[in-house]
Amino acid sequence: MAPIKESILTMHIVKSYEEELAGLDTQIAQMGGQVERLVADAIYALENRAPELAETTVHSDASIDILERQIEEQVVGMIARRQPMAMDLRQIMTVFRVSSDLERIGDLGKNIAKRAYAVAGENHPQGLVRGLRHMGDLALEQLKNVLDAYSQRDAEKAVQVWQRDEDIDAMYNSLFREFLTYMMEDPRNISLCTHMLFGAKNIERIGDHATNIAESVYFFVHGKELPNERPKSDFTSSAVFKKDE
Amino acid sequence: MDPELTELAERAQNEQNRPNGHIAKMTARKVDVFYGDKQALFAVDLDVSDRSVTSLIGPSGCGKSTFLRCLNRMNDVIDICRVDGTIKLQEDNIYEKTIDPVQLRARVGMVFQKPNPFPKSIFENVAYGPKIHGMATSKSELEDVVENSLIKAGLFNEVKDRLYEPGTGLSGGQQQRLCIARAIAVSPEVILMDEPCSALDPIATAKIEELIDELKENFCIVIVTHSMQQAARVSQKTAFFHLGKLVEEGETNQIFTNPVDQRTQDYITGRFG
Repeated sequence: MAPIKESILTMHIVKSYEEELAGLDTQIAQMGGQVERLVADAIYALENRAPELAETTVHSDASIDILERQIEEQVVGMIARRQPMAMDLRQIMTVFRVSSDLERIGDLGKNIAKRAYAVAGENHPQGLVRGLRHMGDLALEQLKNVLDAYSQRDAEKAVQVWQRDEDIDAMYNSLFREFLTYMMEDPRNISLCTHMLFGAKNIERIGDHATNIAESVYFFVHGKELPNERPKSDFTSSAVFKKDE
Repeated sequence: MDPELTELAERAQNEQNRPNGHIAKMTARKVDVFYGDKQALFAVDLDVSDRSVTSLIGPSGCGKSTFLRCLNRMNDVIDICRVDGTIKLQEDNIYEKTIDPVQLRARVGMVFQKPNPFPKSIFENVAYGPKIHGMATSKSELEDVVENSLIKAGLFNEVKDRLYEPGTGLSGGQQQRLCIARAIAVSPEVILMDEPCSALDPIATAKIEELIDELKENFCIVIVTHSMQQAARVSQKTAFFHLGKLVEEGETNQIFTNPVDQRTQDYITGRFG
């Protein structure tokens, strides 16, 4: 038995097939880069009350959607033309899944940017904004690491991302609590805090999509799904706070 | 008793004896094949499951056809060919001296790459086997066997009005189905197919593949194919041969999505040097 090497495989006999597969990687890298920038800009705009940046960020989502459609077309075409097998089939399916997760992340980032635009004129309580930014930084780091894991075919790194999502969930839980407290203190904060809370929720969802990508990368490398259910610690969906709490 | 009922009862009985329906119909152990001094197969161990399709894949000259031909002793006709090891059909070692190769080939039938009907009528092509094996005692019984075989091979409706015209007058795909009808007319247990679709167009190929899918309900089928997509489509088990060795075998799904061996992966993804 000659076990499958993790390093670069031998080349395809058909060169254009090889080029198409490499092309998919390039497209994912390109799309990933755009999504990273969009999310970073959106969070920056929210934190720093930058309506112009928020507006351009909202518009930049369109080119991500176009990239996703191009990748989808390419994938469908390759399945029809090449009848991919084994590692190639897994790569193509992974690209398909990753591009759809990236597109969703782009949408979530766009949503953050919209909220940044909406609340730009309001006074931001510094503590809350900082918490949001930390959460955003962590999500961006997760995104960067999982895109690296894809391009390097590094399942280990993907598993690390997968496990670390717990941290984002934990941050979201504590932010959730803080926002509620803040709203209870003064009803005039409700509008701002609601936007901020949705922003935080969007970041938390971005983290979830990063773990989806991590799962796809693991499948790509090992040909099987990640063994266990991911540790979950977002409990806000069942949280209730009483006024005197 | 109604023959259909008898068959059903027999099948139910068989099902009880083989709870998962996947017992080994043929087992090969340490099979070496030599053509003169040249060794073509090296210590091949392979089980072939009953009522399922096993495909043998691999590059040209890898030994897959040689292995297939061992399963009904077709290699006997090649003087310089020597087969070592054991191959069993159920409990019978097929290379034992007491085994008559002609009887064996009635139990293990074969369909070849190029359709090769006899230069006789369609009816005679199918009737030949049952006749020489004394499987029909009357003309009407023989007619039943021929009709049933043609129906099972999905050819009857196309040829029922010209049963006495030459088999060679049919199209390539029809000829191949005629050869399958001829193979199943003697009620074999195993059907070997050596690239049965490589001379056919995609429509005729699809018909043969549909037929293989139906036949697997009653027969054990082993198919050699150069088309990986065909192996992926028709078989439940796949075995990959390379340089005379069985490299990897397993569930077809696993082989084509997540092969274990580097050589399998290189071959099925088109990376072979």
